[in-house]
Amino acid sequence: MNREPVQLWVNGASVVVPAGASVAAAIAQALGVGASFRRSRSGTPRAPLCGMGVCFECRVEIDGAPQQRACMTLARASMRVRTDD
Amino acid sequence: MTESYDVVVCGAGPAGLAAASAAAAGVGARVALIDANAHAGGQVWRHDVRRDGARRSRAAFGSAVSWYAESQVVAATADELLIERPRGATRLRYRKLVLATGARELLLPFPGWTLPGVYGAGGLQSLVKQSWPIAGQRVVVAGSGPLLLAAAALLRRHGAHVVGIHEQVSARRLRDFGWGLARWPKTAWTAVALRTKLAGVPYRCSEFVRAAVGDERLRAVELETPAGLRRIDCDYLAIGYGLVPNVELAEVLGCRLVAGPGRHARVAVDDWQETSIANVLAAGEICGIGGAATASVEGRIAGLTAIGSRREAAALQARQRHARRFAAHVAAAFQLDPRIHGLAEPDTLICRCEDVPFGALAAFATSEGWDGRAAKLATRCGMGACQGRICGAAIVELGFRAPTATAPPLFPTRLSSLTEPFATTSM
Amino acid sequence: MKRFDLIVVGLGIVGAACADAASAAGLKVAAIESQRIGGGATAAAMGHLVALDDDPEELALARYSQRLWEPFAALPEAEFSRCGTLWIAREASEETAIAAKIARLAAVGIAARALDARELRRLEPELAPGLAGGLLVPGDAVVYPPNVARWLAARAQERGATLHLQRRATALTASGLALDDGTQLAGRVLVATGCALGDLLPELPMRSRKGHLVITDRYPGTVRHQILELGYAASAHGNDQASVAFNVQPRPTGQLLIGSSREFDSVDATASLPMVRRMLLRAFEFLPALRALQALRIWTGFRPTTDDGKPYLGPMPGRRDVWVAAGHEGLGVTTALGSAQLLVDLMQEREPAIDARPYFPARAVDGARPS
Repeated sequence: MNREPVQLWVNGASVVVPAGASVAAAIAQALGVGASFRRSRSGTPRAPLCGMGVCFECRVEIDGAPQQRACMTLARASMRVRTDD
Repeated sequence: MTESYDVVVCGAGPAGLAAASAAAAGVGARVALIDANAHAGGQVWRHDVRRDGARRSRAAFGSAVSWYAESQVVAATADELLIERPRGATRLRYRKLVLATGARELLLPFPGWTLPGVYGAGGLQSLVKQSWPIAGQRVVVAGSGPLLLAAAALLRRHGAHVVGIHEQVSARRLRDFGWGLARWPKTAWTAVALRTKLAGVPYRCSEFVRAAVGDERLRAVELETPAGLRRIDCDYLAIGYGLVPNVELAEVLGCRLVAGPGRHARVAVDDWQETSIANVLAAGEICGIGGAATASVEGRIAGLTAIGSRREAAALQARQRHARRFAAHVAAAFQLDPRIHGLAEPDTLICRCEDVPFGALAAFATSEGWDGRAAKLATRCGMGACQGRICGAAIVELGFRAPTATAPPLFPTRLSSLTEPFATTSM
Repeated sequence: MKRFDLIVVGLGIVGAACADAASAAGLKVAAIESQRIGGGATAAAMGHLVALDDDPEELALARYSQRLWEPFAALPEAEFSRCGTLWIAREASEETAIAAKIARLAAVGIAARALDARELRRLEPELAPGLAGGLLVPGDAVVYPPNVARWLAARAQERGATLHLQRRATALTASGLALDDGTQLAGRVLVATGCALGDLLPELPMRSRKGHLVITDRYPGTVRHQILELGYAASAHGNDQASVAFNVQPRPTGQLLIGSSREFDSVDATASLPMVRRMLLRAFEFLPALRALQALRIWTGFRPTTDDGKPYLGPMPGRRDVWVAAGHEGLGVTTALGSAQLLVDLMQEREPAIDARPYFPARAVDGARPS
């Protein structure tokens, strides 16, 4: 398994995470404590809840594909991640 | 594209790993193992980037098992599964199917529960194992069950400042539970080890979270304690009320489900882990929350049964019963304080996907109970991306029928995956 | 025995509209629903308010009814969204039909304009290249039918209508209707039970036509109009055992609702994945971007279908004081309000706004069936 750190983009900013990190972790690292991943139907801020792909609160756009679960996706080199805000 | 197997195992947690390795070690059966995650291990053995937690998983099967990672079961018939993978969809034909789809956390609504900063206890544990930056952060751990200790220990190991652990059962209940652990020495040892790792972290009983406070994110939690309401500033709340079996795939296959202990459905199985459907077996949490030890032995029984090694399987049944008795001991000890069922206020959201407030469901409570389907049609509760898993489990815990019935697709699925040729008969 | 001016059986969108219109006209109304208000075909429906123009009589009813839907644009429960309808011609040969279509719509006062291939792509950038052209009907809209049905039933109730919920009508009686709890109601009966029409009126031919729908996660802006292929009407009015026709609707939530399929003689409400596959493959031909979107739910519904495709609206021959409002196929939501008002006008012996004779049930009972 590749143990090299991974560099990717979150909302246009570069962030480096350890190998095996999830996209959710990369977003938390890039945006800080209490960051919002997406906006709900009525516009309230949301972030991951269940951490295992069931609640769908962590959905973000990854490499142009919308509605991807950040907690279920491994961070990969040069990925471009965009949150709702 | 179709691949054929003698045994397909759904879920690569402790139960699935045991089933797959048992089935593959025997008589040359073709075995496949599927999981939605990139790594095997499920939740409890989730690959921790700081540790080689996958060691146990990798040792389990080597090349004898075809490993389908990042694969989600979308639909199923009596002899075929449609699975979605990162770059396409595939059909897997099976002769025997072992369901080891595990459990999810029970997440109950309370004021402020949708704020960023509120996580499931197991949820935060999973996120941190995959490098969520928790070092130096103030975390309150709350809810119920042994999972809280495991989560707190893991968070601490990754540098979190665990401000306290707040368990809703009473100290007396906990003492009785602890004494009972003498029957299962390994678990007693785990409990002691956990307490040691958590030295210095306040562990309080008879306390539960009333509300999460904050504007755009969590700033503090309000705890109900025997001494009254108490407020603790924090950035993270890891809150879990136990686990709920993931029975959706079993349900679409037609497996008989039963309720209990508690209100949530589990898959009914016999002593060989066979379900009511002839070629479908089930093991682990979906047969009732029972922990990793139960899952391992049941997975092994299921794998052996699937390849016809019933005598070998039978030899494990005493161990299985022993493990299940522990599960019952846990369930009995950690029953929820009824006040926790009543935390949601009318404007507290019950369906997070569609932003449905709890009060909107009240209109559908009639003298005969409540009409889940009417509520769903009118409010859209349960119509969102989680397909009613989060709100449904909460509604069942509160004593009502879930608003949604399970139907394919079992998970949100790319439309292109649904055009994979599949099933000449509907399921 | 309680006596009413009108007893409506069935509170789908059609029955609810009838109960509402009747109570508004001063009639003393009772309404019976055995399951959930708006819970049958109404709950499965797309909620598209569209004028299908290939049958002039249906077009007249749809146009009349669409006008009655306009005030609902202001009702939050209706979730009224004026997305318009975009009809698409795949081939140049289909394009010739466009001018005739525009003329037919214009004749009943519906504005529509032709689009060439370039304009089509400008209005809907995600459409597949190579489509010949189409037409836009900007006035068409979509609503959320189950909540409109509930709202209409509640409004009828506010005017004094009596609702008998979770009760089934077991038989038509000499004076009216019997319910499954032994209740007897007296008065004129209006049967609006859709596919279940045969339970009370077996002499009227009624078939169930199964349809599938798929709804996606939220992808706002992907599609701006309800989009239909021009071949849709052929599928709807045809008699094929099974057919699909491309139909996609942008919901106000940003989700996409994808149809359509039609199958006769299936009573199984479980979704057929082979049928869904066929429907989606058709949809991909028009909107390739759909491939990457995620489906959240698949469901089915049964359209009540008569032999000539038109609903039964009017008095039953051979029965005493029994009327019918059923058989709307895929236009139940669009024509519910017009159907209701037409019936109330007939009952109160006023000239209805459109010619009602094509809809009289007598056409099917007499054995004189139009081809």
